[in-house]
Amino acid sequence: MSEAPKPAAPKAAGRAGRNTELSEALKAYKGVWVFIEHDRGHVNPVSWELMGEARKLADKLQVDVAGVLMGGPDEPLDAYAAEAYAYGADRCYFVRDPVLKGYRNEPFTKGLTDLVNKHQPEIMLLGATTMGRDLAGSVATTLGTGLTADCTELNIDGRALAATRPTFGGSLLCTIMTLAYRPQMATIRPRVMQMPRRDASRTGDGVEMPLGMIETDVVTKLLDFIPDANRNTVNLAYADVIVTGGKGLKQPDNFKLIWDLARVLGAEVGGTRPVVQAGWIEADRQVGQTGKTVRPKLYIAAGVSGAIQHRVGMESSDVIVAINTDPNAPIFEFAHYGIVGNAMQVLPVLTEAFRTHLDKRIRKVA
Amino acid sequence: MHIVVCIKQVPDSAQIRVHPVTNTIMRQGVPAIVNPYDLFALEEALRLKDRFGGRVTMLCMGPPQAEDALRKCISFGATDAILVTDRAFAGADTLATSYALAAAIRKIGQEQAVDLVFTGKQTIDGDTAQVGPGVAKRLGVNLLTYVSRIAEVDLDGRRIQVERRAEGGVQLLESTLPSLITMLEGTNEMRFASMDDMLRAARFPVRKWNKEDAGIEDLAKIGLKGSPTIVSKVFGPTPRSTKADMQSVADTSAQDVTLNLLQKIFTAHPMLEEELVERLSA
Amino acid sequence: MAEQFDAIVVGAGPSGNAATYTLAKAGLKVLQIERGEYPGSKNVQGAILYAQALEQIIPDFRDDAPLERHIIEQRMWMLDDNSFVGTHYRSDDYNKPPYNRYTIIRAQFDKWFSSKVREAGALLICETTVEHLLLDGDTVVGVHCDRMGGEVRADVVILADGVNSTLARKAGFHGEISSKNVALAVKEILFMPEETIQSRFNIKEDEGVVIELMGTVTEGMVGTGFLYTNKDSLTIGVGCMLSDFKANPKKTTPYALLEKLKRHPSVAPLIEGGEMKEYAAHLIPEGGFNAVPKIFGNGWMIVGDSGGFVNAAHREGSNLAMTTGRLAAETVIAARAAGRPMTARTLKAYKDALDESFVMKDLKKYRNLPDVLEKSPQFFTTYPELVNRAAKTLFTVDGVDKMTKQREITGSFKSARKFTGLVGDAIKLWRATR
Repeated sequence: MSEAPKPAAPKAAGRAGRNTELSEALKAYKGVWVFIEHDRGHVNPVSWELMGEARKLADKLQVDVAGVLMGGPDEPLDAYAAEAYAYGADRCYFVRDPVLKGYRNEPFTKGLTDLVNKHQPEIMLLGATTMGRDLAGSVATTLGTGLTADCTELNIDGRALAATRPTFGGSLLCTIMTLAYRPQMATIRPRVMQMPRRDASRTGDGVEMPLGMIETDVVTKLLDFIPDANRNTVNLAYADVIVTGGKGLKQPDNFKLIWDLARVLGAEVGGTRPVVQAGWIEADRQVGQTGKTVRPKLYIAAGVSGAIQHRVGMESSDVIVAINTDPNAPIFEFAHYGIVGNAMQVLPVLTEAFRTHLDKRIRKVA
Repeated sequence: MHIVVCIKQVPDSAQIRVHPVTNTIMRQGVPAIVNPYDLFALEEALRLKDRFGGRVTMLCMGPPQAEDALRKCISFGATDAILVTDRAFAGADTLATSYALAAAIRKIGQEQAVDLVFTGKQTIDGDTAQVGPGVAKRLGVNLLTYVSRIAEVDLDGRRIQVERRAEGGVQLLESTLPSLITMLEGTNEMRFASMDDMLRAARFPVRKWNKEDAGIEDLAKIGLKGSPTIVSKVFGPTPRSTKADMQSVADTSAQDVTLNLLQKIFTAHPMLEEELVERLSA
Repeated sequence: MAEQFDAIVVGAGPSGNAATYTLAKAGLKVLQIERGEYPGSKNVQGAILYAQALEQIIPDFRDDAPLERHIIEQRMWMLDDNSFVGTHYRSDDYNKPPYNRYTIIRAQFDKWFSSKVREAGALLICETTVEHLLLDGDTVVGVHCDRMGGEVRADVVILADGVNSTLARKAGFHGEISSKNVALAVKEILFMPEETIQSRFNIKEDEGVVIELMGTVTEGMVGTGFLYTNKDSLTIGVGCMLSDFKANPKKTTPYALLEKLKRHPSVAPLIEGGEMKEYAAHLIPEGGFNAVPKIFGNGWMIVGDSGGFVNAAHREGSNLAMTTGRLAAETVIAARAAGRPMTARTLKAYKDALDESFVMKDLKKYRNLPDVLEKSPQFFTTYPELVNRAAKTLFTVDGVDKMTKQREITGSFKSARKFTGLVGDAIKLWRATR
């Protein structure tokens, strides 16, 4: 357990008597860490997106980037480390133990907390996945430090991390800082940060750390893992073309028009939170602040008002086309192309127009 | 069986508007609701109560008007409700909140031992999902997050088995009681309150605890003082300099508009056209 | 076993809250049932609060009620397509407390009123719809709600369930509302800085202006528009008789009408820069005196919009709503004190009280207005045009001598309406408003 920060001197008492001064002991914390998430042979790509972000932050602070790899002794952690170096890490910390095979809160919390206490990073980033959020909350509470969730932007302000995230269901953005505690922790959703360039020539060094726990110490047992039955899982986050429908479609039957257009474009189908809640499409297809963040080349939204909860999930799309009956709908503020009209009327015509145009091009090519 | 369910009263973010002039949240007139994710936790707790008998105690840390949220939970069938409310809690971030809730749960446990604590996955205003894990850590109980189904409960044997959502599949975990469960959304359907339930809830004497009642020992760990994270600024999203290139069906026709649109897009983004051609021919 | 209450009030709008509060304050066991998620969720109002009506119920409401601005100036405009002729009344007397009228935001106000109702000891349940009244013969003995075990009994049921009320109809107490007796109104709230509002409308902090508009903007349909100043927003709206919307050959939607009003050259500068952040539509019962149904019976009374208590001529509704709610409650309290049963005979005292009050007196005064206006679209088309043209002629200094101008003006009126028409119109108006 890290030592408690020394109480602030009266002149630097900060807001409302709370501590905003970093103690000398905590000033010694250096380095930006990324918790590398992996499961059953694959690294979650969010870890690399974070690695790229960590590199940017570390360069500004002129410190090192380290990846944290925890798992069973027979898992390919060294191969993952090689990837980590290629994506920008200078070092990797390893905690290898049979107890760490398969994610469980207890041993992972202990391992990561011990690592932090020993090697003292100033910033630690985790993906905002089920694993990342489960772990981050426990670790932050154990360390008694600040954790900012679902950040959309990270910057350095002075020497501290300025983490920006949506607030109030996404209506506004806020910047949050953890001034007097270390490490400054943050979780980031997949696809929010860009995948960094990969440099296979980069290397780094490794540091091992024992877990110090045995299986009988761990109360929760992982009995089984049941993979999702549906092999064709929705891959919205990485789709290049997406067609999304919102409540403006009025009825679930009209969603067919979205599917029709998506078929012609080879696109994935998405939905806003209201249509998911209404059961028009499955939750996996929700685009938005509490759904998926997407970065497609083409994003077509029909019957979507463009409330910021949805906006933050797709505004990085290269080309955004919006169809809505209301010329004042917020979506037109950030779409590239807008059509004021009834989606039920426009969609079939648009589908036909795309089909005809692309067919013509195919025949020319063929 | 004694289950504690933690809820939060939140502004209905679907109705939140940003004041176009001051760029702040307009809270007035936005109704306050029970955090929708918490209702799945409550329903699950009520089902266990139906099965095993016992009590469901609602717990909420919030301002005085959060009483309404607790009342709503009583109308669904919860046994008791405690509102932990004190000016000292104001400004709490998730770390300070979990400290206060854990203290209150310990207090509740003194009246009758707690077997399970339920929370929702996250709130719709904070969206951090941090309080559940934080409370579990402080209470020293097992943490089971993103639970999609409670597979088995053995009250005498003090064991519980759950299905937990992970990437690509579901983990089957077994743990002991007491545990803290954060419940996934869409896992159950809330029951309807009967007329009797509604009347009972309207009359229910919600217990109010201040910081002493809640057993808070270290005042430096609650409220603003106990919050390591500081909001340094709040702002609206940067408006884009140019609005969308607009067309209206009413001006010409859907035909014209769509043909126009395709022409504009493909002229500006020839690579996109290539890509779509490839997809269609594939 | 269904629970028994002294009274059940259906609806938590202004009339329902007025009734419930009064009953609860007198110590009666009263249950209020609202179908919306929270009180006010189903309500829309152009947002004027008439203090006198509320003072009679909660004398010290000004202590904590959410009030926007107190009104010090009333403007009445008669518009043609690009001008208006108006009358303004402004008085510094309106700046002397206690203030007489305020603009309010309904969502906040209803929430406040409801909290007072609960403080007074009433039981309120929401998200519960009364499906039908429980009848014993023709006596109402309770209500049946859309929840399991949804029967609740009471000595008297007060229906405050709004313009769309179906309960009294289902029970056979009155027939369908005709579209001739109902107006469809739409409004928008536009946000702009306090200082902008104050400088544009020539008011200081907390002072407010009300503008009532009529004229060609409603395309010959019977209706009016309005513009109110709130603290940091404006409410602008327009409404016309539903039958007129249906009969309008141009099929203009209420929303389109509002857009037209917003673009009017005299209105647009006032709302410029305002950001639209809320849009709502609602029906208003405007049939007046002749459309008021039976409002009491064995074990039941009707208050508020459900009884058609709206004075369309003066755009007053919420004060009538609150007053009817209060009077109904007072009737019940008096009857209980005298140990009398809640029969029609006893409850007739409610109607008597209404007849004695401004509520029925005003409705009676304007009882012919809906009919007269319906048959006389010239009041909304020809006259506004004539009046505006006359004003233009009069105020334009262009070398034409004044006598010629005068003849031109009187000539225009005569040729448009003929002398007999003019006299007829004058008589109609006089009859409609006396």
